[in-house]
Amino acid sequence: MNRRVLVAINSAVVLLVLLGLWQAVVSLNHLPAYMLPGPGVVAIAVRKRFPSLVRSLWITTEESAGGLAASIIVGVAVAMIFAQWRWLRQLVYPYTILLQTVPIVAIAPLIINWIGPGMLAVTTVTFIICLAPIIANTTQGLISVDENLVHLFVMHKATPAQILFKLRFPNSLPNLFTGIRISAGISVVGGITGELFAGSARVGEGGLGYAIIYANNQMETSYMFALVLAATVLGFSFFFLVMFLEWMALHNWHESKRAGISE
Amino acid sequence: MVSLPEIALNGVSKRYSTGAVALDGISFEVERGEFVTLLGPSGCGKSTLLRIVSGLSAASEGAIRVNGMTPENARELMSFIFQDPTLMPWRTVEQNVALSLELEHAARPLRCERVTAMLSLVGLTHVARRYPRELSGGMKMRASIARALVSRPRILLLDEPFAALDEMTRDRMNEELLRLHGEQKWTVLFVTHSVTEAVFLSTRIVILSPHPGRIAHDVALDLPWPRTTALRDSPAFEQTVTRISRLLRGVQHT
Repeated sequence: MNRRVLVAINSAVVLLVLLGLWQAVVSLNHLPAYMLPGPGVVAIAVRKRFPSLVRSLWITTEESAGGLAASIIVGVAVAMIFAQWRWLRQLVYPYTILLQTVPIVAIAPLIINWIGPGMLAVTTVTFIICLAPIIANTTQGLISVDENLVHLFVMHKATPAQILFKLRFPNSLPNLFTGIRISAGISVVGGITGELFAGSARVGEGGLGYAIIYANNQMETSYMFALVLAATVLGFSFFFLVMFLEWMALHNWHESKRAGISE
Repeated sequence: MVSLPEIALNGVSKRYSTGAVALDGISFEVERGEFVTLLGPSGCGKSTLLRIVSGLSAASEGAIRVNGMTPENARELMSFIFQDPTLMPWRTVEQNVALSLELEHAARPLRCERVTAMLSLVGLTHVARRYPRELSGGMKMRASIARALVSRPRILLLDEPFAALDEMTRDRMNEELLRLHGEQKWTVLFVTHSVTEAVFLSTRIVILSPHPGRIAHDVALDLPWPRTTALRDSPAFEQTVTRISRLLRGVQHT
């Protein structure tokens, strides 16, 4: 039998066993649904509240993807500036580390004060936590170019723009994708954290984070589980999308993507 | 009109900020079409000298003229081949070879024509669409040579280009380089620490002594052309290798 099929079947079995254990814990302890709902109750909640679940999921997706995309554009631009001017890099680069260490939970309310509640504020929160990994990794890739390749470009009278876009940028792609992979994971966290504070500009409508707070207040624990499940699926999807894009961009030439070339 | 030497160095010295002297009072000329090898033990500054001629590094003292111009102005005439193939892994072989034409915005048809011709000249037509990681060491080096030659240089600067190859590949690459030299007649400045390679390739060998780098000997070779595999077994070749080796040993012990 195909090995991949076997692995898939094994994974499915593990999942079923875990769901069974979960249900067993609930049933044996006679736990009420507001404490710990069983998988069946969660499934019912998903079905009953499906439209609003999808709406919340979509809002969070937009915020996370928007913040991530903005961080990639701005991050790459900043890294390129750092790569062009060494003195500027040495001057400013240490402060981009601060961006990474700043506790997002603490500054999220501040950003909402400035921008006002709603999707823009949440996207901004996501953007801020996604930015540092992109800048750090891309800068590393842009500056770690084989010195002789730079010499080669200089010998052939390349302009600084040619060196940047034909040499440094392609050289930085593996690093850029490492950065995007890290940021894609935390972008969903950023989106949900933002929503916990910013909620929604309109009552009753908001992303997963907003809905989690709402469901918690209503003691709808089964729906909370459904929302957490949706958030997990979202993070997973982002991760796989980035993996796929990375493979598309790098599989031809990069050693990490080497897939048993037969000579 | 008096013909200018292709490369002329006059009292060239290189001193680092640490005070170390890499090169001291180097003067020599290379005529058009000559194949001159810089030979010497490590630390004699032969690679530094090559970089100074290319304009990648500046001399502390002395004058360098390439075809009558400063090295910076003469860049269009020169191509540099490094010890490593230094191919860009994200480009296919033909895209790597096309680099210099692309940088000077050559028209696409011309680019294709020159790259195709160059790849067939170095025998890489069958791997034109492959990526560097799929090539053997010798093929990578040939791609690197094709990249240097596609801009039709008058002067070729080579910094130990075959040092990383095994001996058989190296011998074959030497013969191919001479074949290309015969067809295209560039002036060559070649750096190596292999005596047999130097003797096989050169019209002239300049031996440098280390600490600081100075010219110790300047030997014109009178071995017959064309140089073929048969030459390697001839007594004249062996005698020349012995003579150059002796000179090189003398330099190392002073």
